[in-house]
Amino acid sequence: MTALPVFSPAAAAAFSAQRVAALVLRHLYLLRGSWTRILELAYWPTMQMILWGFISQFFVTNSTWVAQAAGVLIAAVLLWDVVFRGQLGVSISFLEELWSRNLASLFVSPLRPYEMVLGLLVMSTIRTLIGVVPPALLAIPMYHYSVFSMGLPLLAFFVNLLMMGWGMGLLIAGLVMRHGLAAESLAWVAVFALAPLSGIYYPISVLPPWLQYVAWALPSSHVFEGMRAVMFEGVFRYDLLAMAVALNLFYIALGAGAFLYAFRLARIRGLLLKSGE
Amino acid sequence: MSGSVIKVRGLTKRFGAVAAVDGVDFDIPDGSTVALLGGNGAGKTTTLSMLLGLLLPSAGTIEVLGEDMLRHRHRVLPLMNFSSPYVDMPHRLTVEQNLMVYGRLYGVAKPRARLREVAADLAIDSLLKRETGDLSSGQKTRVAIAKALLNRPQLLLLDEPTASLDPDTADWVRTYLQDYQRRAGATILLASHNMGEVERMCGGILMMKEGRIVDRGSPAELISRYGRQNMEEVFLHIARQPSAAAVAQ
Repeated sequence: MTALPVFSPAAAAAFSAQRVAALVLRHLYLLRGSWTRILELAYWPTMQMILWGFISQFFVTNSTWVAQAAGVLIAAVLLWDVVFRGQLGVSISFLEELWSRNLASLFVSPLRPYEMVLGLLVMSTIRTLIGVVPPALLAIPMYHYSVFSMGLPLLAFFVNLLMMGWGMGLLIAGLVMRHGLAAESLAWVAVFALAPLSGIYYPISVLPPWLQYVAWALPSSHVFEGMRAVMFEGVFRYDLLAMAVALNLFYIALGAGAFLYAFRLARIRGLLLKSGE
Repeated sequence: MSGSVIKVRGLTKRFGAVAAVDGVDFDIPDGSTVALLGGNGAGKTTTLSMLLGLLLPSAGTIEVLGEDMLRHRHRVLPLMNFSSPYVDMPHRLTVEQNLMVYGRLYGVAKPRARLREVAADLAIDSLLKRETGDLSSGQKTRVAIAKALLNRPQLLLLDEPTASLDPDTADWVRTYLQDYQRRAGATILLASHNMGEVERMCGGILMMKEGRIVDRGSPAELISRYGRQNMEEVFLHIARQPSAAAVAQ
């Protein structure tokens, strides 16, 4: 048996990128071992892109609004999927731990709850990229539209929508930890409550005035208005970007706070050992 | 560390009006193997969960390896490990992948080399490439013990370590754990319903009933105190005594 390295309690208690990487590795092993899981990640965004691509082709000749920026609906559907995939990337990765009754083993290891949060965010980014890059590339030969033609603004939109997905995903993971797998369906449906308010396919001004106040509280509304400003007017709206970033920071703090609070509650009520199917 | 790896004082856990663990005190000496015994619902798993930091006590203190578990558990978690048949590892990952992940989570230096070492020790080499979900319960138990030994723990908490194992494999696992305990100078606290296992492995016993420690001592002391032949009889005697609540009525 080889000798133990010198152990430092303070170092053990500090943040460890290695532990975050270990959690990411666990989920990458899972993805790598199943091509159906990888296919599933890209399947729905691809189907959505194909559907909205044909709708766009129809509208280009029948709608003066779409005709001004032929790719607006394709860009919108791809970017909305960033929110959905970002949220699923966090909540499904967390659910995987519950489904496999692995949560107790993880939390008796030196893994800290905030390291788990970071690991979930990294996995969310990876899963989102696997989900939305293939349909974005497929749109180029199919509809002669490249979402990448937006340039740097696309990166700003992507990051903000991903962050919004993180905030939601952490909140849902917290709810699942608190209420168990009975709350898991939230992972699949919660985001759609925000879709009508996000102005994905239409300007926020379409909404009734009172609902517009609610809509502007969402980062996604600012992003999709910003996207249309770039595509229709060729202008990048820094004011919208700033609002989206500020709101995202608030919602991520809220989501992470809810997750950590749920973790503490789970330790008080003994839910960590009971987690799983 | 004053000779005790675990020091528990006034440990209490209430779920609403029910006290699952009720003012428990005990010390576990360094390098010993101690059993936590009791019938179903006696408070063993609740106690183990609090020692591991999975459950927050309602009152009391827990000191593990000289650290306050309630405030600094992340300082000692790398030096501990845990195995239970009621906790799983991801089924779709191979045994090797699971052990690699846990090796890294515990900050094991050269995790692949350590994994091979533990796999050879526990004779699970042939299982490394198999999905964990495909293993028999006996194989899963051996893999869970391999996971629990990856970080060469100074303190090992085991919840029914040989449950679901055939007598031959169970005997092999006990021998291995005893050997590990001697080689590493580790301390083992185990919850078990197998009295033969307890007599063979443990120098000390904490007998729990209704959330309290109702007796303690070495197996020989307890057998002598109750005038019985073995721990099985001692266990049944204590378990069948009227409860404190029943006596009060």
